[in-house]
Amino acid sequence: MTPLTHSALPICLALLSLWVVIGLAGLLRPQSLAFVARTLFPLGALCGLALALLAGLTLGAPAERATLAIGLPDLPMHLRRDALASVFLLLLGGASAGISVFAAGYFRRGAGTSPGLLCLQYHGFLAAMGLVLLADDAYSFMIAWETMALASYFLVATQHTLPEIRRAGFLYLLLAHVGAIAILLSFGVLQGGSWQFTFDAMRHAHLAPHWALVAFALAVFGFGAKAGLVPLHVWLPEAHPAAPSPVSALMSGVMLKTAVYGMLRVTFDLIGHPTWWWGLVPLALGLLSAVYGAVFAAAQTDMKRLLAYSSIENVGIIFAGLGLAIVFGSVAMPAIAALALIALLYHSLNHAFMKSLLFLGTGAVLHSTGERNLGRLGGLIHRMPWVAWLSLVGTLAMAGLPPLNGFVSDWLLLQAFLFTPQVPHTFINMLLPLGAALVALTTALAAYVMVKFFGVIFLGQPREGALAQAHDAGILERIGLAYLALGCFVLGLLPTYVVGALKLVAGQLLGAAPARLEGPWWRLVPLPGRHASYSAPILFAAIIAVVLLTALAVRLLYHQRRRRAAPWDCGFGSLNARMQDTAEGFGQPIRHIFGAFFAMQRELPSPFDRAPRYRVSVGDRIWQGIYVPVGALVQRAADTVAWLQQGRIANYLLYSFVTLVVLLALVL
Amino acid sequence: MRPIDLLTQILEVIAALAAAPLFLGWVNQCRAWLQNRRPPSLWLPYLGIRKLFHKDAVIAANASALFRLAPYVVFGAMVVAAAIIPSMGTGLPFTTAADAIALVGLLATARVFQSLAAMDVGTAFGTLGARREMMVGFLAEPALLTIIFVASLISATTALPEITENLATQHLGLYPSLAFTAVAFTMVLLAENARIPIDNPATHLELTMIHEAMLLEYSARHLALMEWAAALKLFNYACIGFALFIPWGVSTGAGGPAALALSIPLLAVKLALAGVALALIETVSAKVRVFRAPEFLATAFLLAMLGLLVHLLLGA
Repeated sequence: MTPLTHSALPICLALLSLWVVIGLAGLLRPQSLAFVARTLFPLGALCGLALALLAGLTLGAPAERATLAIGLPDLPMHLRRDALASVFLLLLGGASAGISVFAAGYFRRGAGTSPGLLCLQYHGFLAAMGLVLLADDAYSFMIAWETMALASYFLVATQHTLPEIRRAGFLYLLLAHVGAIAILLSFGVLQGGSWQFTFDAMRHAHLAPHWALVAFALAVFGFGAKAGLVPLHVWLPEAHPAAPSPVSALMSGVMLKTAVYGMLRVTFDLIGHPTWWWGLVPLALGLLSAVYGAVFAAAQTDMKRLLAYSSIENVGIIFAGLGLAIVFGSVAMPAIAALALIALLYHSLNHAFMKSLLFLGTGAVLHSTGERNLGRLGGLIHRMPWVAWLSLVGTLAMAGLPPLNGFVSDWLLLQAFLFTPQVPHTFINMLLPLGAALVALTTALAAYVMVKFFGVIFLGQPREGALAQAHDAGILERIGLAYLALGCFVLGLLPTYVVGALKLVAGQLLGAAPARLEGPWWRLVPLPGRHASYSAPILFAAIIAVVLLTALAVRLLYHQRRRRAAPWDCGFGSLNARMQDTAEGFGQPIRHIFGAFFAMQRELPSPFDRAPRYRVSVGDRIWQGIYVPVGALVQRAADTVAWLQQGRIANYLLYSFVTLVVLLALVL
Repeated sequence: MRPIDLLTQILEVIAALAAAPLFLGWVNQCRAWLQNRRPPSLWLPYLGIRKLFHKDAVIAANASALFRLAPYVVFGAMVVAAAIIPSMGTGLPFTTAADAIALVGLLATARVFQSLAAMDVGTAFGTLGARREMMVGFLAEPALLTIIFVASLISATTALPEITENLATQHLGLYPSLAFTAVAFTMVLLAENARIPIDNPATHLELTMIHEAMLLEYSARHLALMEWAAALKLFNYACIGFALFIPWGVSTGAGGPAALALSIPLLAVKLALAGVALALIETVSAKVRVFRAPEFLATAFLLAMLGLLVHLLLGA
């Protein structure tokens, strides 16, 4: 292990370069789908797997640095691999391996980008994300960040011949750059007068409290825009459905987590010791995003938009954990701060696997049926059993059901909330536990959304006749889905190992040596003392044992006879597939209860209509209330400035002359 | 782990399995008495379950394997949940594997599988029932978690037996937070177990069903397991209520066989009284419209949050 721990960073860089090489190799034969899909993408998947293994094995190793003389003469790239970067590299490599294998079987020749170019964009995206995680100075961070944004823009706009895809890509690029400006300004504040933009200089800079607050606020704005925190989330529900499904999975599963990484890096590493009340901002925004995302997801009729809003919900939970970690860390409760950090890192890992699995499942459904609209799907469990059963694993995991992985991170977060009354600030320690109630509400809403998602797509009767021709996923797609489902099981059934590894990260970030995890490998005891314990393998074994015993007992004592018949139709006689609940119907209770969140337009028929029409459209209030006015303002400002462009040469020559005179007057 | 603890654990599961239909029968008897009817036999649920096991299963033509698997998973989740709740003793070895939050998760697992199975056949009633069940669930589950959270804050742990032991050994006093949460818990119990005022367990009108709609397609052994699981759910909820609010009489950590032997008749008395109370509530209430059910559950959620706030403000 010793030689590995000292050369982990060079090997990581080699793997990232290999991704770039694979991407460039796609340009050799850009139109050859077989070459790109059968050779290059699986190679990229193996790279990802190697990266994940390397990062996992060297998680506890001391930090390594490197300096690459790439770029401008006095601005080399500084790189650093520490525990925080390793855990996110593990996430990147692990999730992207499954996604790349799926993508190898997924990409078909279609409208838009050629396969070779797609390969370049995809692997460039992966390499840029890896570089973001390894960057140790603002310059390389911003270069990698921008490359990531641009590569993902091109990937989102793969089918750029369609106008709505172009619009979604434009909105995504716009908000990505608004966020990038905020991050750049944040780095500018963090350097604290030394004009050195390396992270080391920022760590040692002593900032006045109000400047540190400005840097933190800019970081929340910038990284929140990339992560999809309300109110900067509007690009997510547009970009994710527009992109091809493997790209949506990568964006949702991995790219949003790079924003979480950035937030953690700035808060705990660069700023170092945040003030306690700063934590309330990500906590409040996170809880708002969580409820907002879940409520909107329940009202969607497009399966990928539903998953996009679900990502907003999960990012909200992650940021809520971040807020808690800041609060606990600043009031001298380091063990609980570590617990909150572990909960949010675990949730990031879980979400990468669960959401990728679900997005890839929707990709297979889209390919097989051509439908994204939930109102035209149904009954696909019979035609696509592999996709359906593997998506069931993802559904149950997202719903937070034990013993899968979604439950463990929710459990850890609730355990952290249990300690909020001990925060020594009088009014806040009464408000914080209410956050636990909101987290519980979010988990319950997530279960609602997931039942809607799985039930409307895979169960019931097919709502369109064409669904009878649906075919199951190919072998590569199945391997990708099975890998991610296995990841969900491993993360759920072996939490002690994951928490043990994440404790190292928390220890490095908070500067406290972590205590060893108590208890045997099959029982998770996050904090010593008689607080709580959870044993996923025993719970899983108990459920399986009871189910098998019951089945055996019923078979032995009674019989297994069964007959098939028509479904119960209440004597009506002509039930058809249109009489099932629709996606809109399933979302109706949420629209009814949480009506204040939505900007709803309804067309309701009257009893006297000759051709009655019922129409409900659900819109985002934040889009109407913030973005449309801001957009109108920018447009008016641009129109005002555009008055300068008169279109006559004489005016432009006059401008140049006046500018020259003014400059001469200033200089002389 | 003492042998008495293992015995307590096994006894609790067997008692839950055996006594749950009896509890249901008792509640039905009390309801009949209050409604001036001649009550059915106390053992009628047992006869019903046995009859169902003997029948041939008639399954819809387009039902998938999930439909056939769901009753076993729901039943299994309820049995494992029964193993976590300290109805007779607090020295349960299985509770080191699952605490109160995992208990709520297990109940959620059962609900999710029931809803998915209801959506599987694709009839109007099944999918409507699934939607309503998930609506009741997504409001009741946070209320239940908040109630457990209040109890956890008082006892500094989320393990249910330790909560019970702590609450049983505290000096007798007025705990206003527990009073609020007790009312909230009763409302959650009524909603989650499909009792009036949320749902009529004896209804035959499909358009008004919530829980029953999910059982419409089931027959024979699958229906028997689902009915038994529903009876187990009511039993489990009653025992959770006892563990949180009436914890005295449970054999605590140091108790021996005598304490265990004493806890069994005490549990029977508690269940009998709870059955009477449940029948009384059901008889004097009317079923609310489905659109009003969220208001009912939101009230439960708010009461639970009030209990939390009261605990944080008063420390009691």
